[in-house]
Amino acid sequence: MIRYALGRFASLVISLIVASIVIFAVVEVIPGDPAAFMLGVNARPDTIAALRAEMGLDQPLIARYLSWVGGMMQGDFGMSWTYKTPVADLIGDRVWVSLPLAIYALILSTIVAFPAGIYAASRRGSAGDTAIMGATQLGVAIPNFWFAMILVLIFAINLRWFSAGGFPGWGNPLAAIKALTLPAVALALPQAAILARVMRSSLLDMLGEDFIRTARAKGLTRRQALWRHALRNALIPVLTIIGLQFSFLLAGGIIIEQVFFLPGLGRLIFQSISARDLIVVESVVMLLVFTVIMVNFIVDLTYAAVDPRLRVRA
Amino acid sequence: MSRNLIIGAGLTLFFTALAALSFLWTPYDIELLDIPNRLMTPGGAHLLGTDHFGRDILSMIMMGARTSIAVALVAVGIGMGLGVPLGLWAAARHGSLLDDLIMRGNDLVFAFPSLVIAILITAVFGPSAINAIIAIGIFNIPVFARLTRSAALPLWERDFIRAARVCGKSSARISAEHILPNITNLMIVQGTIQFSLGILAEAALSYIGLGAQPPTASWGRMLADAQTLVSLAPHVALIPGFAILLTVLGLNLLGDGLRDWLDPKIRVVRT
Amino acid sequence: MHHFKRLAASTAIVLCASGALAQDSITVAIQLEPPNLDPTSGAAQAVDSVLYANVFEGLTRFDADGAVVRGLAQSWDISDDGLVYTFNLAAGVTFHDGTTMDAEDVKFSLDRARAEDSTNAQKVLFEDIADVTVIDPLTVQVTLAQPNGMFLFNLAWGDAVIVAPESIETIATNPIGTGPFTFTNWAQGDRIDMARNENYWGAAPALETATFRFISDPTAAFAAMMAEDVDVFVGYPAPENLPQFEADPRFQVLVGNTEGETILAMNNQVAPFDNILVRQAVTHAIDRQAIIDGAMFGLGTPIGTHFAPHNPDYVDLLANSQFDPDLSRALLEEAGMADGFTATLKLPPPSYARRGGEIIASQLRAVGIETEITNLEWAQWLEEVFTNKDFGLTIISHTEPMDINIYANPDYYFQYDNPDFRAVLDELNATTDPAARSALLAQAQTIISEDYVNAYLFQLAVATVARAEITGLWVNQPTAAVDLTGVSWGN
Repeated sequence: MIRYALGRFASLVISLIVASIVIFAVVEVIPGDPAAFMLGVNARPDTIAALRAEMGLDQPLIARYLSWVGGMMQGDFGMSWTYKTPVADLIGDRVWVSLPLAIYALILSTIVAFPAGIYAASRRGSAGDTAIMGATQLGVAIPNFWFAMILVLIFAINLRWFSAGGFPGWGNPLAAIKALTLPAVALALPQAAILARVMRSSLLDMLGEDFIRTARAKGLTRRQALWRHALRNALIPVLTIIGLQFSFLLAGGIIIEQVFFLPGLGRLIFQSISARDLIVVESVVMLLVFTVIMVNFIVDLTYAAVDPRLRVRA
Repeated sequence: MSRNLIIGAGLTLFFTALAALSFLWTPYDIELLDIPNRLMTPGGAHLLGTDHFGRDILSMIMMGARTSIAVALVAVGIGMGLGVPLGLWAAARHGSLLDDLIMRGNDLVFAFPSLVIAILITAVFGPSAINAIIAIGIFNIPVFARLTRSAALPLWERDFIRAARVCGKSSARISAEHILPNITNLMIVQGTIQFSLGILAEAALSYIGLGAQPPTASWGRMLADAQTLVSLAPHVALIPGFAILLTVLGLNLLGDGLRDWLDPKIRVVRT
Repeated sequence: MHHFKRLAASTAIVLCASGALAQDSITVAIQLEPPNLDPTSGAAQAVDSVLYANVFEGLTRFDADGAVVRGLAQSWDISDDGLVYTFNLAAGVTFHDGTTMDAEDVKFSLDRARAEDSTNAQKVLFEDIADVTVIDPLTVQVTLAQPNGMFLFNLAWGDAVIVAPESIETIATNPIGTGPFTFTNWAQGDRIDMARNENYWGAAPALETATFRFISDPTAAFAAMMAEDVDVFVGYPAPENLPQFEADPRFQVLVGNTEGETILAMNNQVAPFDNILVRQAVTHAIDRQAIIDGAMFGLGTPIGTHFAPHNPDYVDLLANSQFDPDLSRALLEEAGMADGFTATLKLPPPSYARRGGEIIASQLRAVGIETEITNLEWAQWLEEVFTNKDFGLTIISHTEPMDINIYANPDYYFQYDNPDFRAVLDELNATTDPAARSALLAQAQTIISEDYVNAYLFQLAVATVARAEITGLWVNQPTAAVDLTGVSWGN
């Protein structure tokens, strides 16, 4: 186990190094001089040079890469060029929009998907099953930004139940939750559809397993077998999918944040790219990649601890 | 043949036919603007109405189908063309450093937020249909590599492969002649799913302005253009959305139907 | 009778008080969020939109019509040779942190803006300053290296506001000025709050608090206005929605002019646009009204040269470039381009460029000119088009006031090089007589119109949507500003 963990850790470190090099290289070759962008069309060349020096852009690439990585290892993400505040503070602010939004969407999709998936599995082939499966097909196929537009049209412009965008901050938690509701619904719909399908199919698989047959043979009805035995075991693939979806929701909300005008991580990346605030782009993307790699690492270790067979890569 | 297969094939055929027809004929020239006749409601001379420049929406949908299908198809092609050989290679050298390298590389690509990388790619190379294809294609590679490897591994344990090995065939030949034909069904089904995801991804990219550039029509950009008009002329925003929805739905049903028809044991990956 | 008067007076006070309670705050939306709150460094106009005249003040300032009026300088004397400006500062002015604003702060601000390592985006405004001398706490003397008729105008820009050395370090996140409103909070990504400065040296504003919000998405802007989430939207992003607001008694729509000449710029040094016949052909291929209708939903005034139509010196030269596709084709034939050609058309993000670009591409195609459209972000546009001059055609609105002088710079991105034009502008700079200046400006406008340097499209308009009760808003945008000093709810 220790050897396995060390091996995984080494590959984790290598992955992070490769990721940081890729991110830095890609971001640095983006055309467009950040200093020229900030100073606009009337700026004089010497002013641009002065600003470049102030931002450290006159340093060689390697030196800038090392100081970026070195800073991150000490928890220092650098200073945003346009906002002139530490990148860590910017991320800290935005996480409190993106993270709650992702959690909210996850809760919504789970609340819808679990009953739908269980119901469909328990009445396989019924009209209800067909209807739910049809609905999930639509849910998977709908572009979420379009769904978001339609939600705005109905609930913000026509009914005026919700505001069309923006985020009032957590000073008033109810208003904050209200502002996140339409975006969360838009994000949750495709996830709920996928989750319901996984729930249903993994339940159906379980119902075909030997131990369920044994339980049925002992006199349990199909539904009793489903609730008492199959559900618990079917949850493993479902939870894996939820885990996958969570990291997707965290970074994947970028378009939804754009539609609803939410000051989240996705929009921070988007704005920073167009403002050529490269240090912010590099740090936020690195943070997202780091999160995913860390989550994978922890999941692998947990699985390995639970099931020794997995220590050899299958 | 299941109902899924029939509906899915029907919808897919319909939009493919629209795209094919657009090479020969569209009701109107979409490059000619007719501003006095803008935002006409469906019916009359324009079956689906006109957009904010007075262009015929039906013609735009036909031309947009072409863009969506072309981008998604090539992106899946890239994913399969590079992912399947990588997966076969990794399976043939199971347990080796190479296998580990390929799989860790896959994990790494998966760890990047795909949309953010697509945005970065277009920031570097500029927005265009080609760059949308590259951005979508890159993320298809690990999908196919993983799937191929996991499907190929058990095959290597089978007797007929062992027999081929004993005959002295190289692992490359075995992969091509014996493994590949046995995973074709799986690839077709997964390819259909990736195709539908590609259509969605293309729509999302062009919605935020990173896909095909005007005057090339694109469903995602039609939606972006229509966004401010949603309260004035809802049809301009609704029609392209339905086109995307129906195409993706058709491909998904087709994928499911094909799986049931070819081999119900196939497990596809959907992310 | 006496009692009655007192009663009436106290009733009035009660009425005022209740009115004030409900409506002494305002929420203003603009499209872009300022990247930081330092008006003296970057070029982002959103910084001025929020802070100009509200939080920060300069020696002089623009009023609602663009005239230069007194600011922190209450009066000034100009020496006969036009080189020495002596400013008399307003007395009793304090910064929001309680420190006194005096001549030392003026010297600090001007010296900082023109310093070697200055990062002021408009450093050129200060380049004629030779020396700044403090005479006494309320008097400051600025000596110029050469006479500059625009100096007081230059000092009115948002980039020339007076800042204090005590608070300069944190200006980007905590701006400390002398204006009628004090910055209170910035929830990044969402809003900026400010409150009335109770120690303001001038007339106190009617509003107690003001909030700026940032909504660039047109759908969100529409919904936010309709839901009354915001009271005023300055620079409303979607002209197509304006009729809906005009029809709604809850709202008023103000359409004003800006200093933005929107042009289809041509690269005058690159074939085929180095040929005047080709440039003329392009201008005749363009139907301005179709662009104004199609891209701006009717908002904007056609222009025939690079000059603001609301300026008294404007000359109507539209006749030089009337929409005439046949003439355009004939000119192309004369230029040896009967079969047309293909050119790049690079478009920055604003909708006037993106929508206008699609319309222009279609109009040019009608005379045989094919375009390859590339949509660029601002940073890319600045690098590719503005700096590297790697373009054939581009659409851009030049929003600086009085900027016809860009045609005198042969290195400017469209690379117009005409010694005659430069001679006219040199003469203009040396001329002080208003009538002679008008004549020279007319001559300059005519030269660039007849040289078909660029295709001049329209003067950008600005739309402000506001609740019907609000008064005192600027209609025009002579500079990027949302001046709340005179704004109030009703009469």
